[in-house]
Amino acid sequence: MIKINNKKLAKFFGYKAIRLLILLIVIAAISFIMIQLSPIDPVKAYLGQRIVSQEQLAIIGNYWGTNLSLGERVLGWLQTLASGSMGFSLIYRIPVTEVILQKFTASLTLMVVSWVISAVVGFGLGVIAGAKEGTWIDKVIKTYCYILQSTPTFWIGLVLLMVFSVYLGWFPIGLSVPIGQLSDTVTFWQWLYRLILPAITLSIVGIASLTMYTRDKLISVKKSDYFLFAQARGESFWGTIKNHGIRNILLPAITIQFLSFNELFGGTILVEQVFAYPGIGQATVAAGLRSDVPLLLGIVIVSTIFVFAGNFIADLIYQYVDPRLRGEDDE
Amino acid sequence: MSELPWYNRGLFSNLNLRQKTILTIALTGLILLIIFISGLLTNANLPTDFSIKMQPPSFQHLFGTDWMGRDMFTRTIKGLSLSIMIGLVSSILSSIIATILAFIASTNKFCDEFVSWLIDLFASIPHILLIMMISIGFGKGAFGVMMAVAFSHWVNLTRVLRAEVLQINTSEYVALSKRFGKSKLWIAKEHILPLVLSQIFVGTLLVFPHAIMHESSVTFLGFGLSPHEPAIGIILSESMTYLAMGAWWLAFFPGLALLIVVLLFDIIGDNLKRLFDPSEANN
Amino acid sequence: MGNLLEVNNLSISFTQYVQGLNRHDSKVISDLTIDVNESEIVAVLGSSGSGKSLLAHSILGILPYNSHVTGELKYKGKVLDQQLKEELRGKEICLIPQSVNFLDPLMKVSEQAIGECKDENEHNQKQIRQREIFSKYGLDESVDGLYPFELSGGMARKVLLSTALIEDPNLLIADEPTPGLDAKSVEETINDIKNLKDHGKGVLLITHEIDVALKTADRIAIFYSGYVIEINNVENFKNSDNVLHPYTKALIDALPRNGFKLTEGVQPLGEVTGCPYWENCPIRLDKCENNIPELVEHDGVMIRCFNFEGGK
Repeated sequence: MIKINNKKLAKFFGYKAIRLLILLIVIAAISFIMIQLSPIDPVKAYLGQRIVSQEQLAIIGNYWGTNLSLGERVLGWLQTLASGSMGFSLIYRIPVTEVILQKFTASLTLMVVSWVISAVVGFGLGVIAGAKEGTWIDKVIKTYCYILQSTPTFWIGLVLLMVFSVYLGWFPIGLSVPIGQLSDTVTFWQWLYRLILPAITLSIVGIASLTMYTRDKLISVKKSDYFLFAQARGESFWGTIKNHGIRNILLPAITIQFLSFNELFGGTILVEQVFAYPGIGQATVAAGLRSDVPLLLGIVIVSTIFVFAGNFIADLIYQYVDPRLRGEDDE
Repeated sequence: MSELPWYNRGLFSNLNLRQKTILTIALTGLILLIIFISGLLTNANLPTDFSIKMQPPSFQHLFGTDWMGRDMFTRTIKGLSLSIMIGLVSSILSSIIATILAFIASTNKFCDEFVSWLIDLFASIPHILLIMMISIGFGKGAFGVMMAVAFSHWVNLTRVLRAEVLQINTSEYVALSKRFGKSKLWIAKEHILPLVLSQIFVGTLLVFPHAIMHESSVTFLGFGLSPHEPAIGIILSESMTYLAMGAWWLAFFPGLALLIVVLLFDIIGDNLKRLFDPSEANN
Repeated sequence: MGNLLEVNNLSISFTQYVQGLNRHDSKVISDLTIDVNESEIVAVLGSSGSGKSLLAHSILGILPYNSHVTGELKYKGKVLDQQLKEELRGKEICLIPQSVNFLDPLMKVSEQAIGECKDENEHNQKQIRQREIFSKYGLDESVDGLYPFELSGGMARKVLLSTALIEDPNLLIADEPTPGLDAKSVEETINDIKNLKDHGKGVLLITHEIDVALKTADRIAIFYSGYVIEINNVENFKNSDNVLHPYTKALIDALPRNGFKLTEGVQPLGEVTGCPYWENCPIRLDKCENNIPELVEHDGVMIRCFNFEGGK
């Protein structure tokens, strides 16, 4: 069905890979400099409450490179990164890559589930509101989105927690693993059970923007010449919405949903904090609050890749699924 | 017929759209001003009275009291006022950044590329994470969070202004001024700035709700204002400790109040935008 | 010959909001009266962008909802209300739209010609019909699978025409069918439209190209500043003595074969209190400034001018 020009694809991938590389180097360097310039003292953070002698302090300082110039430290940090290591996490006392791998997998389920929910519900609501523009149902959906867009994510989480966990008692108050149980003995259902509230909270936020986007897009399609013509040809209302409306807004809507990885990650941080979900969000907050500089920098890099991946897929869809752009590949 | 948003209907339906829009802006602005000023006038050191701790909402204490017997309504108003102030400073700051960057972008092709690249760069890190990082970099606290919000919210306005400046720059009267030997700075000051001023103004207002929301978010996470300051983020983060005990009012009312303030700013921004650019009202 | 379509005193106006959200009403079509018979082509001739397409949109019931419509439409003597419009459109009344923009950019053209179907069976039947019509207009099977953006100008024209003929309608409304086409395609389009007339169909041709109107139509209605100012038979357009309205005369005199005699003045953009042609009219009367003349019959010609009203 879809004809793909391999040469164009390879060029596209190559271009994106170079962009990502440059982006990562710059982000790594800047965030490192930012942390270095901040009042956080990595030696103090490393030691915490322990009391050590001057000599030990000097050795540790040497290890962290406090006696080097900023430029040397940045280069050192980039070299470490290039070797594939992100250093040791101060909190978890294991390599940063391992912490991120473990925490990110946990968060990924949460993010994927809520991403899918918000995509389906958001698109559906957007189509209904756009199709029925100006009616009470459109107004209800619009008002709902309008209010939702002004609502802090974590407060939605708090309200859901109050209603469903505290008041109704349907869900546990926190922790994705029951206390006293090892994480690998948790059954699938127990795990799913604890995923519901955070996933709903996270998806609610995504719904609002996708719904508004879908609605506006559908309304502009409804004003287009081809939609008018379809109506003039006597096609039924929902038939035109289905055949011409959805056909023309699905692709941009999917694209937009892939571009929302940025907000998705941000939302995860807040939601995990509210529901005590042990994922990348909690790790981020812990790393930030307890000055686990290697972990924090590692998370910055990984989340940048995550956001980039979303944008990349959006680009890919745009270039290779739309028949209008698919054809233009012979340079 | 043009349809009006829900808040523009009902009571004032005999006014025309222009009057309604202006009335909406005025009323919303007034409410926000009252919240802001009453928050400023309130004494920061609320009396603690352990005999009335953890009381649910009543007529004496509309939003209930916390574990130290402090009135939650007063704390909320104080917190909102603080949020508005931080929002004000950081949105103005971010608009200044956006304006400067847009003008830098307009000087030559290289600068334009650089600014575009900068926009891409800032949009490539998750927003909250970026705010956290900048806030840490500036040493947290009120100053840290203000800087963080300011340095992370300029992106959208810069995009808009850059496009606008680009368009004005290619117009004929600018070309004419150039031929008369006017300097770039003169053109920027005399021709471009007056034209984009309304957009900067509206842009600042549109950043406002985001600024307030993000400030409370990072404060909630512990990267913003310090725990002894009466911020909404702090109140909500504290409330989590008492949530399991059923003290719902500690989280519910302050959050709702924050939502309303954000919504009010949103309404002002949207209405002003419609007033300046009526194309949306025609839809 | 039966009367297919009657339009009586149709007016269309829009409400818009301008800078600062001040309300602004604009009238696009004023007091338009016209009719189309079976086996007849009636052209509405007016400058581009003057809103004559809205006549087509109002007959098909697809006007945007910030529009206000007054007047009466009749199809075969029955009042054409929104319900009847929705029933007839696509079946008895079909639109031939003006450009490829009226085709869904993401749908293959054969599927668009077939249109909406209730079931597989109907789809198959219509597919056969679509193939027949496509072949009739010289579109071979390779065209079926193309997307609109892949069509050439002439091909797009034929696809658009085909979409209107799948259901074998009685009345066709051709909205600007010729702009952007080369001379050969224009000729073909004119022949295609005339061909429809020979099969007993009525055609309402909306155009701004006087040549196309002269070559195709039986009667021509002149659309000026929102008003129809004259409806005359095509034979009378051969020279300016046989048409009545001073604007029509000027229009014919300006044709290349009549020596490009140009008259001064432009069509008024805003609302006028009197005759829309008053400012530029060589034979204006005093009352023309503040009174709008009615469209009246004068020797079998419909004319909107005080010079031909009453005892004159």
